[in-house]
Amino acid sequence: MTWCASCPMYPSPFDRRLGVLLRLIAASTCSLLALIVLFLLLRSWPALEALGGRLVTDASWHPAPQAAAGSFGLWPMLVGSLAVTAGALALALPTALASAIFCQFYAVAGLATGYRRLVQLLAGIPSVVFGFWGLVTLTPRIAAIEPPGPSLLAGILIVALMILPTIMLLVEATLEAVPKDQLLAAAALGMGRWTTVRQVVLPTARQGIFSASILGAARAIGETMAVVMVCGNIVRTPDSLFAPVRTLTANIALEMGYALDMHRAALFVCGLVLLTVALLLVVANGVLLQRLSTGETVRG
Amino acid sequence: MPPRPSSRASLCCGVLLLIALTGCAGDRRQPKVEGDLNGNLQLTGSSTLAPLVSEIGKRFETLHPQVRIDVQTGGSSRGIADATSGLADIGMSSRGLKESEQQGRTTWTLAKDGVAFIVQAENPVLELSRQQLRAILTGQVNDWSELGGRQGEIIFINRAQGRSELELVSDFFDVPVKEMRADLIAGENQQGLKMVANEPRAITYMSVGASEFEASRGVPIRLLPLDGVEASVATVAAGSFPLSRPLLMVTASQPTPLTKAFIDYARSPEVHDLVRQLSYVPITL
Repeated sequence: MTWCASCPMYPSPFDRRLGVLLRLIAASTCSLLALIVLFLLLRSWPALEALGGRLVTDASWHPAPQAAAGSFGLWPMLVGSLAVTAGALALALPTALASAIFCQFYAVAGLATGYRRLVQLLAGIPSVVFGFWGLVTLTPRIAAIEPPGPSLLAGILIVALMILPTIMLLVEATLEAVPKDQLLAAAALGMGRWTTVRQVVLPTARQGIFSASILGAARAIGETMAVVMVCGNIVRTPDSLFAPVRTLTANIALEMGYALDMHRAALFVCGLVLLTVALLLVVANGVLLQRLSTGETVRG
Repeated sequence: MPPRPSSRASLCCGVLLLIALTGCAGDRRQPKVEGDLNGNLQLTGSSTLAPLVSEIGKRFETLHPQVRIDVQTGGSSRGIADATSGLADIGMSSRGLKESEQQGRTTWTLAKDGVAFIVQAENPVLELSRQQLRAILTGQVNDWSELGGRQGEIIFINRAQGRSELELVSDFFDVPVKEMRADLIAGENQQGLKMVANEPRAITYMSVGASEFEASRGVPIRLLPLDGVEASVATVAAGSFPLSRPLLMVTASQPTPLTKAFIDYARSPEVHDLVRQLSYVPITL
């Protein structure tokens, strides 16, 4: 990139006007996010004020419109959200990485294109379709092994399938961006294909692979519809892969339509917690990327 | 995708329609509306009725832009008390009035709420007694063979907290929600329906209207009778199906014209679509 704000430029009147317009658009996007955060805080404030630590310490989730009448423990659902996300990422990341390496370095051109199109199609399937397929096809098969069927395992499998295309397409773009002269240099040194991938491509592309997994995780933790349909939605810290779980997103989707007063506010707290987790993921991404790149400069 | 648009989707359509109507009402329809209806209506009471009455209220407001309708919750008892003390114009109650409460009050049935237990059509169990159902709810019975069915774990599918079906079942069987031992929780009707249709060991409960409609469309489920009474919209409407309750509006004996107009509207066929969306049985006047 040669164009940047600090580069010497000779802006035409058109450029100036375009600049103002772009700034306005960017500012409205930012303020939209700020408004969403503000809205969540405002709506969840009654619960944060009245319940406070009870949101973590209450043993169960039996909400009621009045604070004293119910119990509001969010902890099992946070664990559920994180378990589904971690499991899905653990399944999807190696698969996506292998797919991307296959497409980029091993497949013949026609096959790679066809495979890529297929993955793009997979990325376009609406989540409710995945959920429905999971509900009628996947959960009965799991139920045959260990009832009741809808479970953490079903959630992990479905969400892994959903984030796989996102991660794969992003990873592949990163692999493609590895400078061609490095590949040529590796070939000139007589390195084989796998050695090139392992010694040259993956170390160069690790930032991109990391970012891709963060984006995948963010999508996994926010997934709602499919998770509601296949996870069983029991509020309990899961003790096995076959145990049903409820995620924070599922909790909002299940109860928002009927929640009143304190119950409603507690659901907004769920949204706030989800936003915080997403924020942590973005921050972790930024910090680790910086560390990775400074590490490289020092070595270089 | 479910073959029939889910109730949530139709609710969305309804809301969009409502927004569209509001848009029209602002400029074109307003002059046509008779100017006599204006003022505020305050409703308090049952949280079961509140979502339905809010929706009806919104629709009423678009027809009569001078009217504001405010719906608050606080439980049926408070609704009944507020209706006579003057704190509210109309009280909402999801139970019949006790004898001591009837003095000086008029009740208007808005709709009926009925819930049936459903199993897969292949499940050989044809009827369950109250005690057996209660044992399933509390997890005291865990295998169908104990109830005269085929060997297999009972998968009891409960409903999400806050839904009126859950509240009704909890009251009827006198089992607090905290003591229910569910294996799964279904959100929308369609989800519970698919789980039961796919799984011969599953049992759940659902609005009588919704489950009767699905069974008639060939979904492999069966509605279990209760206390020997068949579960159907007809028996709920007639009041003979035990697991049902009236949804009432309560007023002081002499309602104001505005109150009366709103009650008439809320009981009219114009809002039957809203009643059905929330899985209640509309009353036919």
